[in-house]
Amino acid sequence: MRLPTRIRAALGSLLLLALFLAAWQLATLPAHDARSGDPEYAALLGARKSGLPAPAQIAEAAWAQLKSPFHDGGMNDKGIAIQLAWSLGRVLLGFSLAALVAVPLGFFVGTSPVVHRALNPYVQLLKPISPLAWMPLALYTIKDSSVSSVFVISICSLWPMLLNTAHGVASVKREWLDVARTLEVSALRKAFLVVLPAAAPTILTGMRISMGIAWLVIVAAEMLVGGTGIGYFVWNEWNNLSLANVIFALLIIGLMGMLLDLGFATLGKLVAYQE
Amino acid sequence: MKPFVSVEQLGRVYPGARGGGPLCVFDAVSFTIHKGEFVCLIGHSGCGKSTILNILAGLDAATSGRVLVDATEVRGPSLDRGVVFQNHALLPWLSARKNVAFAVRSRWPAFSEEQVARHAQKYLDMVHLTGSEQKKPAELSGGMKQRVGIARAFAIQPKMLLLDEPFGALDALTRGLIQDELLQICAATHQTVLMITHDVDEAILLADRILLMSNGPRAGIAEVVKNLLPRGRTRQTIHRDPQYYPLRNHLLDFLVTRSKRYRNGAGSEAPRTTAHEPAQEAAQ
Repeated sequence: MRLPTRIRAALGSLLLLALFLAAWQLATLPAHDARSGDPEYAALLGARKSGLPAPAQIAEAAWAQLKSPFHDGGMNDKGIAIQLAWSLGRVLLGFSLAALVAVPLGFFVGTSPVVHRALNPYVQLLKPISPLAWMPLALYTIKDSSVSSVFVISICSLWPMLLNTAHGVASVKREWLDVARTLEVSALRKAFLVVLPAAAPTILTGMRISMGIAWLVIVAAEMLVGGTGIGYFVWNEWNNLSLANVIFALLIIGLMGMLLDLGFATLGKLVAYQE
Repeated sequence: MKPFVSVEQLGRVYPGARGGGPLCVFDAVSFTIHKGEFVCLIGHSGCGKSTILNILAGLDAATSGRVLVDATEVRGPSLDRGVVFQNHALLPWLSARKNVAFAVRSRWPAFSEEQVARHAQKYLDMVHLTGSEQKKPAELSGGMKQRVGIARAFAIQPKMLLLDEPFGALDALTRGLIQDELLQICAATHQTVLMITHDVDEAILLADRILLMSNGPRAGIAEVVKNLLPRGRTRQTIHRDPQYYPLRNHLLDFLVTRSKRYRNGAGSEAPRTTAHEPAQEAAQ
């Protein structure tokens, strides 16, 4: 008897998790120092514990954090939900600002080969710049660390959306545009009823890539500028030498990134069409 | 009677590909279509049939000559000329009804939602798509898609209809069915039609006049053949008409042999347009 693929895959996932946790637990067991045969000496040194927290300790830290996600004990003692909300807020704000620029601009670039060629060298030059490299310039001009990280998010999510929108608009099938022309459809109606739906799947793909990058960058940006956010939380817990909290935060970051990606995948399915 | 469509000395030159000289696809193409007439344009691939149709549609521009429709020169696309595209060209994210409604809304912006829906439904019923209105093009068969395309073109009630090989991609059975539908609709609406086809039988069934194009480059209308089979032709009986086979043979002979000959002699001085009435040939 063979189980369905899905179930077998799920069993495989669980098995991997169990193996991983077991290996972790083994690796973090208190080590017996072979050099000191004297138990009194060992007691004097204190029980040597591994630097890495064991899975159980992480679960404990996670529970402590999740118990009061909204507590606010000042600068360095904010609940995980508050920190996460800060990061999400910055990402959504920066991402939305970028979309407001990238989608209309991409539309324009996509409809005009001349504009496309004229802008292309600048886009190609600016695109590979690490978003964090903009930080000094942003801090100097904006003079506000929180707004600066929003700016950095905007910059990094701009390019995939711009390029994908332009590509999507430029590759709208000629026959669909011909249909609109023979029906004497106005430019605005054509843009919203023919070009936009035709390019929507490509635009959504660009947004999904942008969101992925933005979520990667926000953690680094918040580590750099500090204050609030999940990135700052990670850095703060590192300074507290609380690796259990750091690992808990990593899991939260991964989970949130996955949810964001899933959201855009769902949106993409909504606008997808089959030819 | 003044012709409804008048194509005068039409020519189209494409700029040469890298290094090559400019390519003249066709030149000095002239023909007329009367109101209510069904005209077919036959020729081999590359003779510029589709380009001529696109120029009539206003989607392409001629290098020389002009097209008059209803005494007005064609300068761009217009709702007065409905087009049925080769690959149906339906918007894949819209249902069959919404594809037709998109055209209806373009034609009558002041229509209410309900009027648009009712009008679209009428034309979908006309092509026997009742029950499939909500389906997306991907869920429809090739024949059904082309039916939606036909409904969309008729729904805007154009003064003339341009069909670019609309049945080329369909299987013979489906093609026959849609041909019948098209015949009925055209008879009922007295539509003026120009249609491109590869299919000789299709032309004999549908067309009142058949324009034969010589091979490109520098293609032209080589012959104009009047279909003497009376209107009211049906697929079931057409091949029993004594004039059917002589006409069919005449058209096939043209495609197989004569279309090349015209190309070789295609100087601008050569008399390219010869009227041929196969009925006389058959009577001799």
